[in-house]
Amino acid sequence: MPLSPLSSSLGLEPFQGTWTKQTTTHLLNRLLFGAKQSEIQYFLAKGLNASIDELLNPSAVIPAPPLNDYNTATVIDPAVPLGATWINHPTGDGTINSLRRTNFKKWLTGVLIHQDISIREKLTLFWANHFGTEADTISNANYVYHHHATLRTHSIGNFKTMVKAITIDPGMLRYLNGYLNTASAPDENYGRELQELFTVGKDNAVQYSESDVKAAARVLTGWRINASYMSYFDATRHDTGNKQFSSYYNNKVIAGKSGQAGATETDELIDMLFEKTDMAKYICRRLYRWFVYYYIDETVEKNIITPLAEIFKSTNFDIKPVLTALFKSAHFYDSVYIGCQIKSPIDHVIGTLRKTNVVFPNSISDYADAYLHFNNMTGQLTNLGQNLADPPNVAGWPAYYQSPEYHELWINADTLPKRNKFTDLMLETGYTRNGRKVSIQAIPFAQAISSNPADPNQLVKDLFELLISTEVDQSIKDNLKKQILLSGQTSDYYWTDAWNSYQSNQNTINFNLVNTRLKALIKYIMNLPDYQLS
Amino acid sequence: MKRRNFLRNSLAVLTPTVISGNPIHVLSNHSIVDPEVLAKVDNDRVLVIIQLNGGNDGLNTVLPIDQYGQYYSARTNIAIPEKKILTLNGFGATGLHPAMTSMQRLFNEGQLDVVQAVGYPQPNFSHFRATDIWMSGSDSNEYLNTGWAGRFLDSNYPDYPDNYPNEMDTDPLAIQIGSITSLTCQGPLVNMGMSISDPNSFYNLLDTTEQSVPNTNAGYELSFIRRISKQTNKYATRIKAASDAVTQQATYPNSSLANQLKIVSRLIKGGLKTKIYLVNYGGFDTHANQAVATDTATGTHANLLGAISEAIGAFQNDIKGQEIEDRVIGMTYSEFGRRIKSNASGGTDHGAAAPLFLFGKNVRGGVFGENPTIPSTVTVSDNIPYQHDFRTVYNSILKYWFCVKASDNLQIMLKEYPTLNLINASACAVEMNNPIFEKNSMIVAYPNPFSQQSRIEFKTEGGHTLVQLLDASGTVIKLLVDATYTYAGMNSTTLQGSDLNPGVYYIRIQNGMHQYVRTIIKM
Repeated sequence: MPLSPLSSSLGLEPFQGTWTKQTTTHLLNRLLFGAKQSEIQYFLAKGLNASIDELLNPSAVIPAPPLNDYNTATVIDPAVPLGATWINHPTGDGTINSLRRTNFKKWLTGVLIHQDISIREKLTLFWANHFGTEADTISNANYVYHHHATLRTHSIGNFKTMVKAITIDPGMLRYLNGYLNTASAPDENYGRELQELFTVGKDNAVQYSESDVKAAARVLTGWRINASYMSYFDATRHDTGNKQFSSYYNNKVIAGKSGQAGATETDELIDMLFEKTDMAKYICRRLYRWFVYYYIDETVEKNIITPLAEIFKSTNFDIKPVLTALFKSAHFYDSVYIGCQIKSPIDHVIGTLRKTNVVFPNSISDYADAYLHFNNMTGQLTNLGQNLADPPNVAGWPAYYQSPEYHELWINADTLPKRNKFTDLMLETGYTRNGRKVSIQAIPFAQAISSNPADPNQLVKDLFELLISTEVDQSIKDNLKKQILLSGQTSDYYWTDAWNSYQSNQNTINFNLVNTRLKALIKYIMNLPDYQLS
Repeated sequence: MKRRNFLRNSLAVLTPTVISGNPIHVLSNHSIVDPEVLAKVDNDRVLVIIQLNGGNDGLNTVLPIDQYGQYYSARTNIAIPEKKILTLNGFGATGLHPAMTSMQRLFNEGQLDVVQAVGYPQPNFSHFRATDIWMSGSDSNEYLNTGWAGRFLDSNYPDYPDNYPNEMDTDPLAIQIGSITSLTCQGPLVNMGMSISDPNSFYNLLDTTEQSVPNTNAGYELSFIRRISKQTNKYATRIKAASDAVTQQATYPNSSLANQLKIVSRLIKGGLKTKIYLVNYGGFDTHANQAVATDTATGTHANLLGAISEAIGAFQNDIKGQEIEDRVIGMTYSEFGRRIKSNASGGTDHGAAAPLFLFGKNVRGGVFGENPTIPSTVTVSDNIPYQHDFRTVYNSILKYWFCVKASDNLQIMLKEYPTLNLINASACAVEMNNPIFEKNSMIVAYPNPFSQQSRIEFKTEGGHTLVQLLDASGTVIKLLVDATYTYAGMNSTTLQGSDLNPGVYYIRIQNGMHQYVRTIIKM
């Protein structure tokens, strides 16, 4: 057993190995919320380059907006009837906003479950973690929705454009008090996090000073939110003095400007931050930790982070070229990284639902029931430690920054049993809301993912290949087959007969015979510690 | 691990074979302590750590009544009205926020320590970095991957988690209430703590710990998950039994902090030998609207402080009824305090030092240290300079509550720190000769204000003595004395200040039990 995390010495040179089911699954598990069997087959046939080109160029329309499912006899959103969207009807009403935020989370859970087959949703979640905002703090649901929409729009676009958009995004102005930041009373909140968390980072070598925080805050004075819930620049609140930065920023002075020109200081500030190679490296490290693994030693820094940062800078901070290089690299497919990520709660819950083809009511035509079920899954995520749109604080979830444990922070004596409980319940009873049940249908699932479910060896093999990323001893698989599918017997035909009998006569007895064994087998696989890895 | 086994065995060889008399007495006097003996004799002491996430506004928590005028003008829009401040028996200069009535009662019963202006030399204003510094016990420019409590537990249980639990050590070493894992309990190899949110509901996990893992990162993470799985299974029965054993508890208010403390009390009473419990309470990042403008004694911050005070009060009441109050102390902390001057949004921005609390029947009781000095003219970046290094608090808890030997303390804290008499002397049967509330006559500067240089006279009781100069942001900018004296008496040094901009500075001395801060003005 390795006593510490390992690193690969392979770099960004293109992966030359064979494109297999395993490499395909690895790529998809990292770019999607769990890879489905149909997706694995599709991208296996495409090969590496074509797969990446397709996955990094989202073509699906953006998800349809959230629909009002919260009007009741007593509480009615005056501007929005049931089944209509509220995203163009901002309100200051606290009760309505609270209902809308809950509605937003249900909707977002549905978006994740029904994600398009591209990197877009996972990357949007990456940015939502990077620019950590809390919906509860922002309070106004329209800000929450539009903040999220902005992240999705820019998710695989240009990072500099995204930082500019987020800096004056009403949700962010609200969250980090930018709207209160004035010449007479500068508020440092955004000026600090813009540097520490959003751009240059605060690693050892990054030596910007407290005076830089204050200077940045002064540059950013004057941004406000108007009565129509839009951001605007109020020159009367802007600090028109010169802003002196430290030697870390080459003693740059951002000259104070009056009138509307004061707003251009914000662009100058962002340009200054983007001059720092530290910024490019910091973002590349964050992407690496999200998509590959949390451990970055000198080798990875030299072979991966530094050249990725070069690509990032040379393309004026486009995100796609960086990710393309990473996902096509020999490094990414080194066996040392296969299956090494501890699943986030979202990976665990959404990944399980996707991989097992769980069917939900239609999120538009049957939105009321769909949202009830989405709500249940949002609750599962929160229960496992990942409250969607409400990370613990502005740094996002600790699993992506807290050394030395990083992803391991998702798993402890509290959350591990809860994870098992979730998959067990999905298999056993499922969840019923308003008379509609959502559960893992073991037999259709086996039929869909196994090339020959009548053969217990093939069935076990196919289930492991889809659900487990690590190498599991054949002896364990054999034992599972024997103990569960063959009820302790040694002859494979016991299972084959049972399966075939059910196929020819789907009565209750035949169904139970197959279903109970299959569920027990899937439950066991999902209870393996290995299932927590991706 | 091999190295540590060796250390442990070599210590065992050197340990006197006969340990007689009062084991606590033995502990505090023997030069070499076998970690196993330490664990055994000290097994019933518990520390509850309450983390206040977000950076608590210390200046509106513990109020400098003696400088009310300066206090008020520094933060008019959020200042607590003088007549609403809760007074503390025997300490007329200092008071508590009006919402903290239960903690006022504890103080007046001698069950609350107020430790003034706790911080460290180069304050960090990032929530995350500052939290790491507090949890690890590191310096600002030092990155430690272990927690201070993790190192303490590791020194006592160096083989953990191999062969744990066992006959002697049946219970988790530390418990974090909730679903998160804290750096505080991170040991050199593994986290020494276990997270639980509901002691009544456990779930059997597959036991696959015996299988080999591949030599990949997946193998590395797999062994981690298997370890958690094994730990969960093995400790689950004990935790559930402990929880079930307690059928009656005192009334607690309905807050997340109170709910967490209620679980802690139940587990301690139920018989767990767990030494450290971690709970947390969030919402202290009060950049805006921390008080109601028309009644500044109410609002967000008042609600937070009220919740802490009520929860701690209920906890103390409960553990008294459970007859376990002799064994339990608690400590609060937050990653930083906030600025002296409030902002125009009716809030306060990230600051430096802040007071912290220790509570319990066995704390010494009282206000430790002096009120911070509030300058008569405050600028937005002015901070409260640290008087007490936060590691002196940890060090004191280790030494006077867990009865850890000074030499072991050094291994845990990684540097030598003074201690404060925060705990009743009887807890570790130590003698505490030093008067704890000695009025500061240890350090004087003249001239003050000064223009070029000032002569600093200071008293040392011998041993390590530190004299520092801090600027108005609370950051150490000059080290004037860092020496070890073999004698007690007066000494002096000269502060060369021609390079300093005019303004408020602080000189700070740290020696033995003493940590003091004095204002010095550059003209």
